[in-house]
Amino acid sequence: MNIVSQPTTLVKALMSGNEAVARAVWEAGARVACAYPGTPSTEILENLATYDDIHTHWSVNEKTSLEVAIGASIAGSRAFCAMKHVGVNVAADPLMSLTLAGVTGGLVIAVADDIGFSSSQNEQDTRYWGRFGHLPIFEPSDSQEALDMVIDAFTVSEEYGTPVIVRMTTRICHVKCLVGLGDRTVPPGMAFKRDPEHWVMVPQNAKKRQVIQFERDARLAQLSEESTWNSIVGGEDRRVGFVASGPAFMNVSEAFPDAPILKLGFSHPVPVEKIRAFSGTVDSLLVVEETEPLVENALKAESIECHGKDVFPRCGELLPKIISKSVKALQDGAAPTEVATKSKVFPRPPSMCVGCPHLPPYYCLSKLTRKTTIVGDIGCYTLGAGHPWRALDTAISMGASMGMALGMDLGRVDADKKKGIVAVIGDSTFLHMGMQGLLEMTYTHGNVTVMLLDNSTTGMTGGQEHAGTGLDIHGTTAAKVDFEKLCVALGVKPERIHTVDPYELPELYKVMKQEIAKPEPSVIITNQPCVLIDRFESKPPLKVLDDRCSGCAKCLSVGCPAINVTRRETEVRKSGSTFERAWVSIDTTACTGCNLCEYTCAYDAIVPEKRRDNQ
Amino acid sequence: MSGKRNSIVNILISGVGGQGVMTAAEILSQTAISLGFDVKKTEVSGMSQRGGVVTSHVRFGEKVMSPSVPSGEADILLGFEAAEALRAISQLRPGGVALINSMRIVPPIVSVGIHDYPDHPIDDIRMCDCEVHDLDAGKIAQELGEMRLGNTVMLGAVADHLPFEAKHLREQIVNRFQTRKPELVALNEKAFEAGRQAVSGYAPE
Repeated sequence: MNIVSQPTTLVKALMSGNEAVARAVWEAGARVACAYPGTPSTEILENLATYDDIHTHWSVNEKTSLEVAIGASIAGSRAFCAMKHVGVNVAADPLMSLTLAGVTGGLVIAVADDIGFSSSQNEQDTRYWGRFGHLPIFEPSDSQEALDMVIDAFTVSEEYGTPVIVRMTTRICHVKCLVGLGDRTVPPGMAFKRDPEHWVMVPQNAKKRQVIQFERDARLAQLSEESTWNSIVGGEDRRVGFVASGPAFMNVSEAFPDAPILKLGFSHPVPVEKIRAFSGTVDSLLVVEETEPLVENALKAESIECHGKDVFPRCGELLPKIISKSVKALQDGAAPTEVATKSKVFPRPPSMCVGCPHLPPYYCLSKLTRKTTIVGDIGCYTLGAGHPWRALDTAISMGASMGMALGMDLGRVDADKKKGIVAVIGDSTFLHMGMQGLLEMTYTHGNVTVMLLDNSTTGMTGGQEHAGTGLDIHGTTAAKVDFEKLCVALGVKPERIHTVDPYELPELYKVMKQEIAKPEPSVIITNQPCVLIDRFESKPPLKVLDDRCSGCAKCLSVGCPAINVTRRETEVRKSGSTFERAWVSIDTTACTGCNLCEYTCAYDAIVPEKRRDNQ
Repeated sequence: MSGKRNSIVNILISGVGGQGVMTAAEILSQTAISLGFDVKKTEVSGMSQRGGVVTSHVRFGEKVMSPSVPSGEADILLGFEAAEALRAISQLRPGGVALINSMRIVPPIVSVGIHDYPDHPIDDIRMCDCEVHDLDAGKIAQELGEMRLGNTVMLGAVADHLPFEAKHLREQIVNRFQTRKPELVALNEKAFEAGRQAVSGYAPE
């Protein structure tokens, strides 16, 4: 239970930006909130689910999430959805017509940009949707502002009849600071009124809405000029004046505590006239924005002289030291000096967990890489591209694996005629945007083997439920997708669908080889849960008998982090070739007893920890 | 930088996903709040749940703007793992204090022979201009019968190097467990004291 889930005597709490957004949605009286998990936005809905009297659920994807919010808004309630930056690409179709149609109950979308690529495939700037979709953008610079702006965003949404995006970034989502709390107020809401001219977006209606949208743009521009979210803060040293938003504002004020800053909180439409007036009060104007030069370009288009991306880096976080170094370089007329510090320490990339049910399929795929092309997807299993498996050839976006695999089948050249094509996708991603790709594959007689790794959770984002787990966000029983039946419904022949326990390694390998050889779509479903969720049950751990371990190192190709090397030796064979021997031990405190490594050991050196002790 | 003018305390906690780095940072933040400081806490964690690097930043003072500890300006480095402490050591200011768990967590990328674990990471750290205290927090936790106590041991280790008394930090640990898992209060107090005693600078109350 969230300790601050009810109106309490607590005035302030240490909250992340995500927690503050959740709090704000609740305080603003929203009735419906949903999201598909995505770093760094996931905790918003996880937190909202701990509040009473608001409906929350995990959506199948960001598009359905926004569609639910649109429906709830038209029905008269305040509605909310959250997503990561790339999620908006998925939701873009309803978004781009929603902004024409407008809203009834306030509709706020919190979008979290992953600046610095902590866990994403790109670094796209969500603020573009403001320009593209004619909708206002708020940019908080800490948790308190996240709370206040979300509440204000609901008001703006209703007063101007527009959805509003609150643009978060990792440094807002995951930074904790003190936040003042308020109570929940639910607006009465208006019952749905039939009005096809407003809500049916056929050309003749949409055209009329476009006129309204342009009028709204002008009113929003006026609001931005007047908004207290856009105001001048800071000092009297007028040699340089800054325009900054989001985390960049905090960083500028730390780097230049004496400089005046026009802080942009309501950053689209850009308050051009306010900035023009400000620019007249400083010697030179610098725009500091993460990541794209949107404000800078808007100012230049209005003939306001300023510096921006000619001074500051195009990508990544704009930390105080980066800002001060860049400004100094501008003042000195020199390029900023890059001091590359090379770490002496090995890289520590994320790895799959001890006993992870994805280890066996990747062990098998790593033995098949010469004869197959492996088309991956987004999830924990993307880690299969790394060592020791190196068994993933592509990963582009959520759910793309099966469509791309079909394309690789259709587009293959003669040299690849004999290769098998495997698509690897997880359960949550399959339901998110993946399954249409399978439908296209069966419809077009594609020749692809699909590995559907069903670990019964949304793993990479920390283990959220989804439509295939049988539980909802509150842990209550829910309808559960039957993946076998779903694949049959999508046109896969029943005899080409196999559900396998991945820890039965020989069986898994046999089925994979058999299905890759078949010239039609097959689906192999692995059915063991993620080791990090409650439903996982570990078995007694294993150990290595030192006197039997030959140093063959075969068990290391499983990629389980519980297997540690104790000793290495380079052996020179009679042929002159060398072989790296590695003797191992198993971390029995971490081992889940899955037995995978035992299958790879020809010397029976891996045994249950208790065996010899009992003998 | 306003950091100096404002006298902000900068603490960096580095380790590996699953070690309790973020929880330790949260408890430090709560302690600073309880003493009336403005606090910001942030992480660079990436896909840390999968055994990657986790670095938590805790900053407190009269007013904190940027949540990130400026590179090379950390006053204290709390290193939960030897090689991760070495990786983070350049973040420490000259003369700063490093409290380091000597425990090694060897990732698969080292096991399979692609990279080497440094031979003597703590000796390498001693070559830097800083005050180094090391302890085997993993062993202490294991002796207390629960590996998950490691982060409380590390909080004990830093307790006598903070700009406030150790009792304030202990109080926050007790509070946290009192509300969540009261049966673990006594064990965590024990772990906290063991951590304090394992490093020099310990000042019995």
